[in-house]
Amino acid sequence: MRSASRTRRKRREYLLFLLFIAPNAVLLAVFAYWPIVFNGILSLTSWDMVSPHIPFVGLANYKDMFTDTDFWWVILRTILFSGAVVIGCVVAGLAVAILLNQKLRGRNVVRTVAFAPHILSGVAMGTVWLFIFDPQIGLMKMVLGKIGADGPAWMTDSNWALAGLIIVYLWKTIGFVAVVYVAGLQGMPSDLYEAARLDGAGSWTLFRKITFPLLSPVTFFVVVVTIVATFQAFDVIAIMTDGGPGDATTTISWYIYKEAFQALDAGHAGAGALVMFVILIAITAAQARFMERKVHYR
Amino acid sequence: MKTVGTGLKYLGLIVVLVLAAVPIYWLLSTSVTSPEKIFQFQWFPDGLNWQNYIDGWKSAPFGAMYKNSIIVTLAGALIQICVAILSSYAFAFLDFPGKRIVFLIFLGAMMVPGTVVLMPNFLTIAALGWVNSYAGIVIPGVGSVFAMFLLRQHMLTLSSEVTDAAKVDGANHLRILWHVVLPMSRPMVVTVIVVALVEKWNDFVWPLVSTSTDSMRTLPVGLLMIKDAQGFTNWGAVMASSVFIVVPVLIVFFIAQRQIIAGLTAGATKG
Repeated sequence: MRSASRTRRKRREYLLFLLFIAPNAVLLAVFAYWPIVFNGILSLTSWDMVSPHIPFVGLANYKDMFTDTDFWWVILRTILFSGAVVIGCVVAGLAVAILLNQKLRGRNVVRTVAFAPHILSGVAMGTVWLFIFDPQIGLMKMVLGKIGADGPAWMTDSNWALAGLIIVYLWKTIGFVAVVYVAGLQGMPSDLYEAARLDGAGSWTLFRKITFPLLSPVTFFVVVVTIVATFQAFDVIAIMTDGGPGDATTTISWYIYKEAFQALDAGHAGAGALVMFVILIAITAAQARFMERKVHYR
Repeated sequence: MKTVGTGLKYLGLIVVLVLAAVPIYWLLSTSVTSPEKIFQFQWFPDGLNWQNYIDGWKSAPFGAMYKNSIIVTLAGALIQICVAILSSYAFAFLDFPGKRIVFLIFLGAMMVPGTVVLMPNFLTIAALGWVNSYAGIVIPGVGSVFAMFLLRQHMLTLSSEVTDAAKVDGANHLRILWHVVLPMSRPMVVTVIVVALVEKWNDFVWPLVSTSTDSMRTLPVGLLMIKDAQGFTNWGAVMASSVFIVVPVLIVFFIAQRQIIAGLTAGATKG
């Protein structure tokens, strides 16, 4: 009798569990997991996203892409863009974090202001940067002019547009990275430093032998998050360059958008999306494995 | 020697402050600079010229775009938090065979980048007849993994004595959730809501893709439409239009910066 009521209660709890997770489960299934499968299906077609007839073409889209030098340039450009932002963010972010970790007056104000670019609309701030980069009346020209340099045309010069985007994304991300590093620095064991200092270690040695290794979990977090974000960079590109001039700022996310919504080519968009997904999963998985072996946990 | 070091540190702080703040300052100051003076470089605007705001406001249906942005942001954040609270409570307090695996499947969705789902989700909402509707903008973005994860982690730290006591008193799970767990999770709930508000407000690519009529545009999409329709020539008006988008977030940020920073950087230390 008693166990019957217990199983009934258990069963009610199971049911409640399902009921509680149902909304989220449905949303994630439809809008996160199904899209992966859907991309896979679409990538085997040459559908124009309009006509009722969907022609299947097998792996032709993948073959197209991988034999097309333009697509390899898209991948290479994405890696260049992402790599520059990641490296810049780790180096500058860590430097800023070490600064913000000192007992200096006003550091909280600086921390807040430095973080602000991260939460401001990419389209709105991209607009401001477009104005700053304006080759005739932009702030950048004035500042460079003061030191006697002649700035490039930035966003309309295919040699400089990507560099301009890198600057904007660095500006948007470094403060965020610095704040993450500050959190990491505050968890550092001070006794280790004292012991090392007693052994006569200098600041640089302390940083190289203690701080940086102990921060490696934070660095991995920063690197993964920044790679994922830069691969998806879109709003700033949309407002500043439209992927141009030419293809100069067409990264993988812009390529996918362009194929889907401008060229109405569901096949190439789907194939591109899957390639991007595989690259990001591979990076994340490699990170996870690397972390298990190499990372110093506190 | 030591004072030189300290001086350098303060210099560093100032450099960081200036680099971070100048583009934001430039946005605000250009937005109140008179059109003639924009072509002459100056650090400070010549008084407060509000004409740009009038011109900016007239250059696009900003009233409708504000309405859309507010609706989409509030609805999105609200539905997302409800969805997240229900599932986080289930994972923290309810029993289910294979719960760990279900949880991992949920977490896996975090690996799916927004760009990858763009076209499939557009086709899905098109099939549902949701293109150019609030549902189409809001619903695909309200499933939540990270918010759910943060809330669950927080709920796991709550002492089970409290929930057990409530159970002994005969409270059912809905009552426990509402009267015990939620009040004790308030800081985390606030953090998740504020971060969701900021993210939904700034969201750009999905509202761009899921709408095609002027009357359904949100503010960031509207700014792109201005550029595509007329190019950016009247910089003062363009800056004023950008201020329309940025200022609500700036205000929220300076009120709730602690919550926003905690929410956005949570993965680093709590993962």
